[in-house]
Amino acid sequence: MITRLVTVQNPEGLHMRPADKLVRAASGYQCQIELERCGQVADCRSMIGLLTLGAPQGTQLTLRAQGPDADLAIEAISRLFDSQFDDH
Amino acid sequence: MRIWPSRPSRVFLIHNLMTTNPRMLELQGIAVSPGVAIGKAIVFDREGYSIARCLISRSETQKEWERLVEAVGRAHHALGLRGKQTTDTWGSDLGGIFSAQQQLLLDPHVRSEMEHLIKDNLYAAEYAVSEVFAKYAAAFRKASSSFLAERAADVRDVEQTLLEALTGKPTQTLKEIPHEAIVVSHDLTPGETASFDTEKVLAICTEAGGPGGHTAIVARGMEIPAVVGVGNFLHNIRSGDEVIIDGHLGRIFVSPDLPTRERYLKRRLARETIFTELSELKDLPAETSDGVHVELMANVEFPTETQTCLARGADGVGLYRTEFLYLGHEKEPTEEEHYQAYQQVLRDMQGRPVVIRTLDLGADKMGMTRPIEPENNPFLGLRSIRLSLRNPALFRVQVRAILRAASSGNCWIMFPMVTTLDEYRSAKFLLRSVADDLTCEGIRIPANIKVGMMVEVPAAVLMLDRFIEEIDFVSIGTNDLTQYTLAVDRSNDSVADLYQACDPAVLRLIKQTHEITSKHGKSTSVCGEMSNNPAYALLLVGMGIRSLSLAPSTIPVIKKAIRSVTLGQCEAIAWRALRLGTAREVDAFLMNQLAGLVPEIVLQA
Repeated sequence: MITRLVTVQNPEGLHMRPADKLVRAASGYQCQIELERCGQVADCRSMIGLLTLGAPQGTQLTLRAQGPDADLAIEAISRLFDSQFDDH
Repeated sequence: MRIWPSRPSRVFLIHNLMTTNPRMLELQGIAVSPGVAIGKAIVFDREGYSIARCLISRSETQKEWERLVEAVGRAHHALGLRGKQTTDTWGSDLGGIFSAQQQLLLDPHVRSEMEHLIKDNLYAAEYAVSEVFAKYAAAFRKASSSFLAERAADVRDVEQTLLEALTGKPTQTLKEIPHEAIVVSHDLTPGETASFDTEKVLAICTEAGGPGGHTAIVARGMEIPAVVGVGNFLHNIRSGDEVIIDGHLGRIFVSPDLPTRERYLKRRLARETIFTELSELKDLPAETSDGVHVELMANVEFPTETQTCLARGADGVGLYRTEFLYLGHEKEPTEEEHYQAYQQVLRDMQGRPVVIRTLDLGADKMGMTRPIEPENNPFLGLRSIRLSLRNPALFRVQVRAILRAASSGNCWIMFPMVTTLDEYRSAKFLLRSVADDLTCEGIRIPANIKVGMMVEVPAAVLMLDRFIEEIDFVSIGTNDLTQYTLAVDRSNDSVADLYQACDPAVLRLIKQTHEITSKHGKSTSVCGEMSNNPAYALLLVGMGIRSLSLAPSTIPVIKKAIRSVTLGQCEAIAWRALRLGTAREVDAFLMNQLAGLVPEIVLQA
């Protein structure tokens, strides 16, 4: 299990299009990927789960991955957060 | 020796097979609007789509699941196409939404829940789709952030696309009822009921709801039978099934057999006959046989109802609900829209009193302009006069319109849900300041407009001796008074049976209110559901109430009841009822008295 802290940096928060990008990215890996906010856990492949986190700008989330390509997935997903989902 | 079945029993069996429909289903709900309707059902899902809530057999589950998977593929394609077209026309910001909606469609949780409902619970695909998406839409709607609340619309979009892919035809909405039909639904929002095509809805029947809900009020306004609170049964009915709605006894028959059908055709005819007899009372006064007059006013929801009021012989409008102006509309009503609605009713009622009640809605129903945090207890929250006082700009618009319209008739103004003296004073202060503004603008306002309040919170009854000097009249709203006295949410199915307007505690509050107002020579009217029941109406008259406000359609029946008794008989009923200990005892006693005094009406029901 690999864990990393990520922060929602884009002004609109984890809304529809960022969540869409997360789901698409996560779907490219075999490992289990989860995001956690204050005890609430969402499967990174579930649009509804991600939206339900209701994370606005500035929210810190715990990113977790478990499986064969977990390290690659963590890298790719946290890059998405850092690049503000290429969504300016 | 073997005994063979005798011939007659065989004949009987065959006869039975010919006349009874094995599919007939009889259900019991709460009767909220009288009448009998026979017609074809049109089933609406809570989101307004027509969903056949049917179950499949175990052997069909795999095929049904594959049918859904194929539909998901088609829906995915349709969303992609919509996204591309939108991007071409409006750019990727908007088009990207549909790509995100595709993710909602493919969400693994959604998918596994639908699979579970089909494979384990034997739901038809459409039913599974509507269950799962409705659940998420509801969860989003309840979410505290406005961002999530807006996602409910996306969930509904996806649901609709998927249903269209499944059925191959556009989903239906409530406004588009193709022919005369009986509307069957889990629940109806006030906006939905307000958008009905009144020409085509024969009756309403809902799984949820209680006696004081909006469905009940609107159905009575439309004078169509309605039964609510039936419990889960939508999986047993589909659009096109024949249905009988008995709005007197709260019964529903799905696919009725021949004898039942004939019985109800006769009942419908008999009802029409009694209706004609009652309408002959129209121009006679509502007086007891020893000459005590009782004013019978009408509760009105829409301006067009004044014609019914006059046709039923109403002495005025005892409660003009103004919520219709706010419901079912995207924007807040303008002063002019308010003004037109009030002026029409005041003018149509030709000098008879018209009591206009200011906005009586919860903040949850007023989402058109500002996002409002969801409340844990909306009935104890920011609603009604509290909402008006919190939004003086909105309140002034309504008060200005009422005052401007006042000179068109005999206008009374009533504030709802007043709990404290401060609230009443603030409302009256605003009224006075608006009146001053209008006078400065040169608009004439009648000098004698009566200003009063609804009594529907126990605190107001307890403090009424302090209010009394500052008010011209009170109207007891028994629906909310019952709800707030007994701590029962009347729209909550699980406790709806505790909601009893005839509970002795409620009767005592009504009695106390009347004692205080009559001592000070102020009028008291009762405008809740209670006035619509002839047995309760006699009780109220016995308690000293001389003004009732009720659904226009029940005026003739109540008039008949009052004309059949003496004041002494009513007072005897009240004396006894006020000494009983439970709602059940009161109800049984009243029904028994009515059966003895006015049997014709009981037979009618």
